[in-house]
Amino acid sequence: MSVAAHHAQAEVAAANRTVLGFWIYLMTDCMLFAALFATFAVMRGATDGGPGGAELFDLPYILIETMLLLTSSFTAGMALISLHKKKKQQVLLWLGVTFALGAAFLGMELYEFAVLAHEGYSWSRSGFLSAYFTLVGTHGLHITFGLLWLLVMAVQIARKGLGGNTVKRMTLFGMFWHFLDVIWIFIFSIVYLWSGLV
Amino acid sequence: MSGHEKPQVSHFDPPHATVRAYVYGFLSCVALTLVAYAVAITDSISATTAIAIIAALAIVQCIVQLVGFLHVGNEFKPRWKLSVFILMLSIVIIVVAGSLWIMNNLNYRMIHNPGEMRDYVERQAGF
Repeated sequence: MSVAAHHAQAEVAAANRTVLGFWIYLMTDCMLFAALFATFAVMRGATDGGPGGAELFDLPYILIETMLLLTSSFTAGMALISLHKKKKQQVLLWLGVTFALGAAFLGMELYEFAVLAHEGYSWSRSGFLSAYFTLVGTHGLHITFGLLWLLVMAVQIARKGLGGNTVKRMTLFGMFWHFLDVIWIFIFSIVYLWSGLV
Repeated sequence: MSGHEKPQVSHFDPPHATVRAYVYGFLSCVALTLVAYAVAITDSISATTAIAIIAALAIVQCIVQLVGFLHVGNEFKPRWKLSVFILMLSIVIIVVAGSLWIMNNLNYRMIHNPGEMRDYVERQAGF
């Protein structure tokens, strides 16, 4: 084997290790969310005489939020594909769309929280609402950090181009963003649709 | 072994990540979300049936996204990503099912009538 081929192979191995390491982080994050989901499932009926999910949640509003996040997951994938085609403007465009959709999602979520708190249904109202705000808020916090990461990455790409660690950063960001949408499927189904039923 | 493979242009290329795969994945996720939503807001479907359908749709959508967007299972042996995923899944199932089981059991064993509870505290527990 030539020296160059050997070197390339070592680089592929290092890259795979980075992806695997980040993947293990995501899986442990899943366990964190599992604990919060379990808490929510246990606390679901503990409304202390207050309103439950069916009275509190505005399902059409939540559906729009869900579609925004789902679309942003798709556009994040498009940004990654443009990156592999080495088209800087396309990458920036898709990242911009992803950021806008993610920010709109976060804005809608915060507005929903604010309305609930304003109506007197904050996390201190009942066990159900504590579990709700902790679970959905933790997801929102992840989204906030994802948006920050996205912003820093986009500025770096705009100023320094697609070289250096860009491929690594964007691959890991893509994994993080897709992962958050997978978590949201369960928040949408369990927290909103299921609680909206009973 | 990856010894016979050509070094790729980018080492982080997820294998087979194509625009077409993303579009199909995205459209099926939109469809699954809308069906779940429609089931939830249709009054003629009983709550038990609706919960079962919504749970099934969520699992299908989860698999679509894991395979289509996160490329789970799409790797060379030894499949470390898949192994860690299965480990995570077992822990998640134990945590969620275990919590629900234990807490439901505790709830079942609780004295729910406040009068009976006061009586028990005063006479039996000694405080």
